[in-house]
This record gives sequence, structure tokens and C-alpha cells, in this order.
Amino acid sequence: MTRKQKRLAVIGSGMGFLALAAALTFYALGQQTSYFYMPVDLLAQPAGAGDRIRLGGLVEKGSIVRGEGTRVRFAVTDYEHTVPVVYDRILPDLFREEQGVVVEGAFGEDGVLLADTVLAKHDEAYMPREVADSLKERGVWQEE
Amino acid sequence: MSVELGHFALVLALALALVQFFVPFVGARIGSLSLMRVGEPAAITGLALLAAAFAALMLAYVQSDFSVVNVWENSHSAKPLLFKITGTWGNHEGSMLLWVLILSFFGALVAAFGRNLPPTLKANVLAVQGLIASAFLLFILLTSNPFARLQPAPIEGRDLNPILQDVGLAIHPPLLYLGYVGFSISFSFAAAALIDGRVDAAWARWVRPWTLAAWAFLTGGIAMGSYWAYYELGWGGFWFWDPVENASFMPWLAGTALLHSAIVMEKRSALKIWTVLLAILTFSLSLLGTFLVRSGVLTSVHAFASDPTRGVFILAILVLFIGGALALFAFRAAALAPGGLFHPISREGALVLNNLLLTTAAATVLVGTLYPLVLEAVTGEKISVGAPFFNLTFVPLFLPLLAAVPFGPVLSWKRGDLMGAAQRLHFAFAAAVISAFLAFFLINRGSAFAALGIGLGLWLIFGAMTDLALKAGVGKVGPAAAFSRFRGLPLSMFGTALAHAGLGLTTLGVVCVTTLETERILTMQPGQTAEIGGYALRFEGLQPFTGPNYTEDRARFVLTGADSLRLGELISSKRLYTARGMPTTEAGIRTIGLSQLYVSIGDATNNGGLVVHMWWKPLVTLIWIGALVMMGAGGISLFDRRLRVGAPARRKAALASAGEEAS
Repeated sequence: MTRKQKRLAVIGSGMGFLALAAALTFYALGQQTSYFYMPVDLLAQPAGAGDRIRLGGLVEKGSIVRGEGTRVRFAVTDYEHTVPVVYDRILPDLFREEQGVVVEGAFGEDGVLLADTVLAKHDEAYMPREVADSLKERGVWQEE
Repeated sequence: MSVELGHFALVLALALALVQFFVPFVGARIGSLSLMRVGEPAAITGLALLAAAFAALMLAYVQSDFSVVNVWENSHSAKPLLFKITGTWGNHEGSMLLWVLILSFFGALVAAFGRNLPPTLKANVLAVQGLIASAFLLFILLTSNPFARLQPAPIEGRDLNPILQDVGLAIHPPLLYLGYVGFSISFSFAAAALIDGRVDAAWARWVRPWTLAAWAFLTGGIAMGSYWAYYELGWGGFWFWDPVENASFMPWLAGTALLHSAIVMEKRSALKIWTVLLAILTFSLSLLGTFLVRSGVLTSVHAFASDPTRGVFILAILVLFIGGALALFAFRAAALAPGGLFHPISREGALVLNNLLLTTAAATVLVGTLYPLVLEAVTGEKISVGAPFFNLTFVPLFLPLLAAVPFGPVLSWKRGDLMGAAQRLHFAFAAAVISAFLAFFLINRGSAFAALGIGLGLWLIFGAMTDLALKAGVGKVGPAAAFSRFRGLPLSMFGTALAHAGLGLTTLGVVCVTTLETERILTMQPGQTAEIGGYALRFEGLQPFTGPNYTEDRARFVLTGADSLRLGELISSKRLYTARGMPTTEAGIRTIGLSQLYVSIGDATNNGGLVVHMWWKPLVTLIWIGALVMMGAGGISLFDRRLRVGAPARRKAALASAGEEAS
């Protein structure tokens, strides 16, 4: 092979990998991202059973039901709409009433969100940014 | 007083860094040796000043001087001494100071040990280092001054975030920064070569040890961070594809590519332009990582405080250095002479393949990390890109790379023979395939994926062993001769083999834990026994306990083996740090062989039980052991006499042994 052909071979295979990576990336972005919703967004476009979403809001006061074995029930609210959630794992340390939370999971037949992830906060002053932005926009919550 | 001295030292260091940039740079332009020499004392004095500033901050932490804002915000008088010391870098300001300290440490090393460097190259390298240091010192002084005072001084501090009060944190940031910042040397060398318009095999020989050292530290830093998250967060995961993790992983991928392309450049003087570009990209990714983690665009444990001016400032530094270096590259790269020729099937070809796959994989991680940020900035739409995305993009690119690794070292330079290489590896391949079959049939619930993964990990390990055996001439010469040849092999060959075997160990750990892990979540009453992974755990009850700055409820478990042999106790607890009123989960971990039993506890239930989440993690420790092996392999290679810092004096000897190796 001449120098030119060799260079072309290297550039060609490089492009090949990039194209493969790009294809994988587009495919994965189409498949594997979950959109972020606030409860009020679900009023406008209700989610059906099996839809996977990320839901942000505040943990509704008095909604936490613990002690039924490993299952915990609670509700996520933004003071306009409330979504019931079931979680069958250990809640993060800083999970409390009226605190910001982001849960990820899929809706069951009964409209209850079966969460597989409840995002932990690392700091007691932390409010998930998506939640804070959205609540501030509608003026129902202010930063302390 | 010492605090003011520290602040003063920091300002002096900035002034000196500007001198270190300007004077040697001008000296190199006009060819004045005396001006170029200014760089060395400037770099060494700069290190002394920054060390003094850092010591002053550390002293303030040890003495719990709450008149310093930074100490008040992140410390508490009841905090154990170790965490007072490590708390120095457990916050934004302190960790930026550590960043610059390490930067100047590397700069001073070049100044002190780079005696054999051509004076212009050395002057340019130190000048670029000085410029980076001045930018970050300016950032610290203007937006993140660790020495700001508070008037009147509060009596008690607000304590360090409890999850950061941990030995893992003592080690993770310094190691990680040694890696991140170590790549600044490769960057400075690349920029200096572009300014000079000259790059040759000797350049690669100077750059390689720095890259190798930075890479080894970064490997250790990432592994430490991963282990810290594993045991401290109590979720039992070792890697979350969290943006802050990706921020350190991208420079690692690019740095690994750089490490390999620098070999081609040194040995065969090919891939010059590409290596220079990679050196720039690797440090750019380190800077991007610093930006992502420090600017507060991401919410995570690392985002200690979000202050928009900081983000904009770091972004400006990022644009200046990445943009500047790439512009320099665009203008000057054409001036670099093209390198040697090689056949696609050759060791060079294998290293090119390695580079292509590593950089593409780094690119997918980059896209996955930045896409949500860009999308939100452009459309306001908020999405999250998590593990499933990376499993679909990164993993398919990384698997072929792993499969190709053993071929590289057994192919010869310039023109290789794939069939010959395959023949040389047939023992390793057969052993890996047999192990995969055994894994498939012997492990119950062994899936095809698990078996393939185990085979892949072992293929890497056996391949590395075969490589060493071939180099020693096993099979060609008698055992005694082979042994003496084995002992005489250059250290860097052991380094290569060990690093590849370490990669195999990590692969094995990741595969086993993701495919064969078992977990149980259940409510346990005191006295109740649960079985997992062939072991039985009896819950003994909850006991309160008071630590220096926390109180906790400890759940005691008695662990018994399959033959009801008592293996000891396991304690998992819920801790409450009193100063911040912040609860944390302290997982109970018991290492059995290379596997671990991992227990986290949750809330008490109405009927006096306790929610317990337990995992059996087969071979999980291999993930970090493999990383330590890779780190050690980097260290061993560094001691190779051909690579010793400033090795060009022995250039003849190096060429002679490189000749032997090529045969």
C-alpha cells in the first residue's frame, strides 16, 4: 500500500468508528432517556400505564406511609396536582415531608408510579434543581 | 496571622506565576538563555509559596479557626483531627487550592529534573505551566478566596458534610488531582512543541513518563472515588455514570489513548500530530471535568456551592486554554513533519485501533454527559441520561477494544502477521474459552452474557501472561534460559502486561457483579435469619451508640456460613451527625474471599422490625484490585531506566534495547 492508501485506511476506519458511535448514540438517546415532569405537567398530558418518567416535586405532607414491610408509599406534589408513588427499597437518608425529591419509574395500571429510583440529596440544603426552577417559576416556593 | 500570611503567599504566587509565564516565553522568542532560565527558580519558588498557603489553610482547620469563613462553613471543633486535616480540601476553595498546589508541584518537578531538556522546550513548557497557574490563581483570589475572614468570629463551625468525613475522601481528591493536573505537563509539552514547530521521538520520550505518572494517579483516584461511593452512599453501586464520575473518566480514556500513541511516536516516530492533539485533548477534558464539577452546573456532592461568577470564570479559562491550544494546533500542526510508515496489521496498527476505540468511547461519554446540559440550555427541556444510555453506547465500543488488547503486544512493529499473533495466543484463547464454558455450566443462574464476560476478562489476563512468556522465550529456549531472560526483561514490559492483566481483573469484577449479584430487601425481626449468597445473617437487634460528632443506631447481624460455622458479626448503621442534623447510612460490609456481603438498613416498621437491604456481590473487590494493579503497573513502568525522567542522556542504550525488542 502507498502512504496515501494507508492514511486513507486509517482515516476510513476512524470515520467508521465515529459513524458507529454516532449511530449508537442517536439510537440510545431515542430509547433511553426519560423526560422530566412535574405533577402539573401530567394534568396536561396524562401518562399511561408502563410509561417511564422522571417526576420531580415535593413530598406531600402526611402522605408517607411506612412500615408496611419494605414498601413505602408517598405522594409527590407541586400544590396543583399530586401523584401517588410506591417504592420498594430503602429511601435515601434525607427523604422528608415537604422536601424536594426526584423519583424515576414507570406507571402501573392503577395510575400509581412504581419508582425504582428515588434521588438522594447529598446535602440538607439541597433542592433538586429541576424542581426548584419549576416551583419558583410558578411562585409556590422560594429559596430560603 | 498565619491566615494573612497564607493569603499573601497566594498573591505572591500569582505574581510569580505571571513572571514564570512571561519571562521564559520572551526568552525563548528572542533566544536569550538567561531569560529562559528564569522559569526554573520561579517554578520552584512558586511551589514553596503555594505549599505555605496550603499549610496556612490546613493550620486554620486544625486549630478550628472559625474566623475564617471557609473553616466555619466546613469544620466543627468536635470533628476528629484526621477529618479536620482532610476537610482542608473537602470544600470548593480548599480543593481549588490543592489543584493549583499540585499544578505547581508538577511544574517544579519539570524545573528540577528536566536538566536534559533543550532550553527552549523547557522554557516554553514552564511558560505554559505558568500561564495555567496564573489563570487558576486569579480564579481563586477573585472568586474563591479560602482565606476570607468573618467578623465577628462564630463560636462553632457548621461542620463538614458528613458523607465527606471519611478516609476515602482523604485519598480520593489528591490522587484524582495528581492525575487531572499531571496531564497539564503533557499539555504544556504539546503546546511548547507547537510553539517551537518541532516534535520528534525524543519529545515523546520526555512526555511519556509524565503521562504515565498522571495516568497511574488518575486510575487510583477514580478507583478510590468509586469505592468511596460504593461503601459510603449505601446504595451498593460501584459506578453510576453520574456526570461527575464521567468528568474524571473522560480524561482517563483520552489519557490511556495518549499513553499508547506516545509509544508509537517514541518507538516508530509515527502518529506525531495525533499524539500532540491527544495531549491537548486529554488536558482539555481534565479542564472540562474541573468546570463541570466546580462550576455548579451539576448538582452533586461535589458542587459545594453554586456561584454563577465561578462558573463563568472557569468557562473563560476553559475557552482560553482549549481554544488557544487548538488554534495553535491548527496553525502549526502542518509544520510538524509526518512520521514513519507502517502496515495496518502491526503493533502500530493495533495501537491506532486502541486509540480510535478509546477516543470514540470518550466521545460517547462526552455526548452523554453534555447533551442534557446543552438541551436544557437550548430548549429548556429537561432530560436525564443515565446508565442505560452508556450501556448502549459505551459498552459496545469498549468490548471489542478489550477483545483486541492481547493482540497488540504480540504483534511486531511495522509489519505484523495476524495469523502468527493468533497462533501465539492460542493457549490463552483456549484457556479463556474453556473457562467461559465452565462458568456457563458450573455457576447456577450463569447466563451466556456472564460466561462471555468472564471469558473476556480471563482472555485479557491469560493474554498478558502469554505476552510475558513469549518475550522470555518460553518454548523456544530451555526453562533456565527463559527464566533468566524473563528476569532481564525491561520493567516497562512487565508494566504493560500487568496493566492489561489489571484491566482483565476489573472486567472480571464488573461482569461478575453485574450479572451474578443477588439482592434481597426484607423486613427483619430481632432473632430472624435471612439467607443470601449461601450465607445466613441473623439480625440481633438495634443498639444506640455515640461517636465523637454523631449518634447512631447500630444493627448487629451474626453471619454464619453454609455449614453453620459462625463467621463473625456485621454492623450496619443509621448515623445522625448532630451539628448539621444530617442522617447518613453506614453500610455493613463483610469481605469473604474476593466477594462481599453488603448490608444497608432502612426504617423501623410498625411491628418492631427493621427494613434490611442486603446484597451478595461476587468478586466485587476485583474491580478495585484491578485498578490498583493498573496503577502499580504504571509505577513499575516509570522505574524502567529507559523511561526515567530526563532519560535522553542514555539515548543510545535505549535505542539498542528498542532494537532488540523489535526483533
